[in-house]
Amino acid sequence: MTGGDKLPVLAFRAPHIAKARPCAANPRQLARAAEALRQATGTAPEPRPAPAPGPIPAAPEDSFSPVGIPRRRPGPAAAPPEIRRGGATGGTASDDGGPVARRILSLHLPRFAVERWCREALRRDEAPPDDLPFALALEGAQGPVIHAVNPAAQALGIAPGARLVDMRAICPELRVAFADPRGDRAALDRLMLWARRWCPWTAIDGTDALVMDVTGSDHLWGGEAAMLEEIAARLAGLGLTCRAAIAPTRGAAWALARFAPGLCAAEELAARTDPLPVAALRLDPATIRTLDRLGLSTIGALRAVPRLSLARRFRAGLPEADPLLRLDQLSGRTPEPVDSPDDPPRFAIQARLAEPVLDPLPHLPELARALCAALAAEGFGARRLALALYRTDGEVAQAQAATSRPSRDPDHLLRLFDGRLDRLDPGFGFDLITLAALVAEVLPDRQRRLDHAAEDADDLARLIDRLSARFGPQTLTRPLPAPSHIPERQVLWRPALHAVCRPFAPRLHRPLRLFEPPEEVQVLYAVPEGPPAQFLWRRQRLRVARFAGPERIAPEWWRDRPGTRLRDYFRIEDQTGRRFWLYREGLLGDGRGAEPRWFLHGAFA
Amino acid sequence: MQRDPVTWSPPASCPAPDTTPRKAPALRQPSLSEIFPETAADAAAPAFALAHLSACSGPVLWIQDRLSARETGRPFPPGMGGCELLHLQVSRAIDVLWAMEQGLGCPALGAVIGEVWGSAPAVDFTATKRLALRAEAHGVPAWLIRRAAPPELSAARERWRLSSLPARPEPDDARAPGTPLWSAELFRTRFRAPGRWVAGHDPATGDLAFDHAIGMEAAEAARATA
Repeated sequence: MTGGDKLPVLAFRAPHIAKARPCAANPRQLARAAEALRQATGTAPEPRPAPAPGPIPAAPEDSFSPVGIPRRRPGPAAAPPEIRRGGATGGTASDDGGPVARRILSLHLPRFAVERWCREALRRDEAPPDDLPFALALEGAQGPVIHAVNPAAQALGIAPGARLVDMRAICPELRVAFADPRGDRAALDRLMLWARRWCPWTAIDGTDALVMDVTGSDHLWGGEAAMLEEIAARLAGLGLTCRAAIAPTRGAAWALARFAPGLCAAEELAARTDPLPVAALRLDPATIRTLDRLGLSTIGALRAVPRLSLARRFRAGLPEADPLLRLDQLSGRTPEPVDSPDDPPRFAIQARLAEPVLDPLPHLPELARALCAALAAEGFGARRLALALYRTDGEVAQAQAATSRPSRDPDHLLRLFDGRLDRLDPGFGFDLITLAALVAEVLPDRQRRLDHAAEDADDLARLIDRLSARFGPQTLTRPLPAPSHIPERQVLWRPALHAVCRPFAPRLHRPLRLFEPPEEVQVLYAVPEGPPAQFLWRRQRLRVARFAGPERIAPEWWRDRPGTRLRDYFRIEDQTGRRFWLYREGLLGDGRGAEPRWFLHGAFA
Repeated sequence: MQRDPVTWSPPASCPAPDTTPRKAPALRQPSLSEIFPETAADAAAPAFALAHLSACSGPVLWIQDRLSARETGRPFPPGMGGCELLHLQVSRAIDVLWAMEQGLGCPALGAVIGEVWGSAPAVDFTATKRLALRAEAHGVPAWLIRRAAPPELSAARERWRLSSLPARPEPDDARAPGTPLWSAELFRTRFRAPGRWVAGHDPATGDLAFDHAIGMEAAEAARATA
């Protein structure tokens, strides 16, 4: 997760940073982000350590943190020089890959559970009127407990966490339904995906909030204020109440979303957060109570306490019980990146439609062309594509396709979605379409042949893509030789999308077809060790005219169960000339079971 | 449908003074051929199709519908003589046709072999005509193996009826079956005269050879030329 990775992918990036970059979190780059945050927030101005080669030098005195938070501070040798000179430039992404002041949006949905329940009840036409008190309850240890309430019930003093019988005593006409936390969670998951329409980096924050990294995305919506308005309007359309705040850090955004929604610039961070109560620090109730008893009721009061005293008093392991850590996260001294479930794709194209459409197909060619142009500009090809269709009612329909080798041919990529979009449920229509290359690989430009002949390997790769996209990657397979001598284990069928062809060494006396699993046959034989004279297979009686064998194939003792019996294979030909591969499992009296059984395993040419 | 054993006698006792093994009569261009195996469960038909592709230039796309794979098994590469394979298993006959059509548009393939079980309404004259034209346009041979199906109207350029014959004797073991032989009847063809042969790999060179044509009955000849 580099700083550059989190940029909105809608804008194409400068070509000189188009290197294969690691996806895992790099402590050095995290430290750079922290550095940027620190510079952006203007807090804790530190003397720059003198350049000294070697291991990480001792941190300056004022940054000493005995709480056990790993300090991510780069040594002077570790930080590239161009990072140093780059400062935060007023909260916008700087093009040269320098540090960026983050803008985090916290979206609090205070009545998510109730509103979701009401919306579903509205579909069944049994929603309660807004002015009647209504609550969702959960089964608690001593009977039902209130889980969420609507505004009317809140006005009557019914609060989540209270027992239902007590609340019934306060308000006898309270209407109650049972809550569905798992369903709420799933709905929030879907909403989180849907929120990617505003920015590529979203995550769930607790049970009733989303957090988004909107750095560099706001200009697409005409600024942060307009973006907040758009978000509120969209969510109101879904019937959801929301409170949102944008701040330079995740902690500040969380606090402001709950206690003072709105925008917060980097320089007014301290001024805006100081009057908030300590409950805005994401602490657990016990710690809040302790702080209250100490007389530290606001964040400003807490900030005035010396760090060392706070660290000494609250030396707990959990972040919820550590006001100093929370304070550092709020001010940006400790980095806290938004942990999105999956990385935003590097190449993505959006089409925002004026009106919802039911059929997205006419818009796809334009998107595919734009995506391929973006890929070509950086010398990449797509290996995996995702088409996300954002519905107006808060759901996302998705379709994915993969390619066996990187490609940036719009026609080919488009054909992979042929017939795949029919099953997507449009609901009331799609109003936003995103086509993203989830996995992209370097694809250098190549000289086409002068006679314009198509290249065989490319053709084959396209065929594999199309067949895999249509029938599923597991149905189109390639055989790979496996190190085994048991016939059914000699061949591994691997999806052709990922497998590279490896040749098989032809073996003598092996059948052309193999039955999976082997089919049991009833056998008449002259001697138990010998070949069958006649056998019954699929209700046909076949007389053995000629045979060859036995060829003994012993079980693989290093893989098989201890009681596995050996196999004696016979090639037989029946009276009409059909040739089969039969085997007897075990020997009579080998101590591994009863009478040996016979199986038909393959058919010869 | 079992072959009548009276119409054919073992090759060892067959007087064949002047029938030296001929090379397989090659098609003028790669096109669509159909095989109707008389016995469904054995592997004569895929072997016969593979024998035509001995100079296999690219991977073979092998498409089976669900019932074919269940009744006749999957291809087993160690027994197939080192030809590169791409296997696709689909559920319906119409998917077999769609995949064959896609495969025939790709000249990198050495051949496309499809297997359809039973008489499927989707495999009609139009569908086979599309396959034949596409195969000819791109120069990819196509083989359609149709088991348990009557030979209905089709645009395949060559239509074979195939059944197994007792194999050549193994030189070292009199009781063992040797290299396989098939009775191949070309009952409908565009480029040459229909006929009926004993087909098999030439033991010396390993090529597909058609031995002594078996005389066709008058009814069969009338049907073939109709």
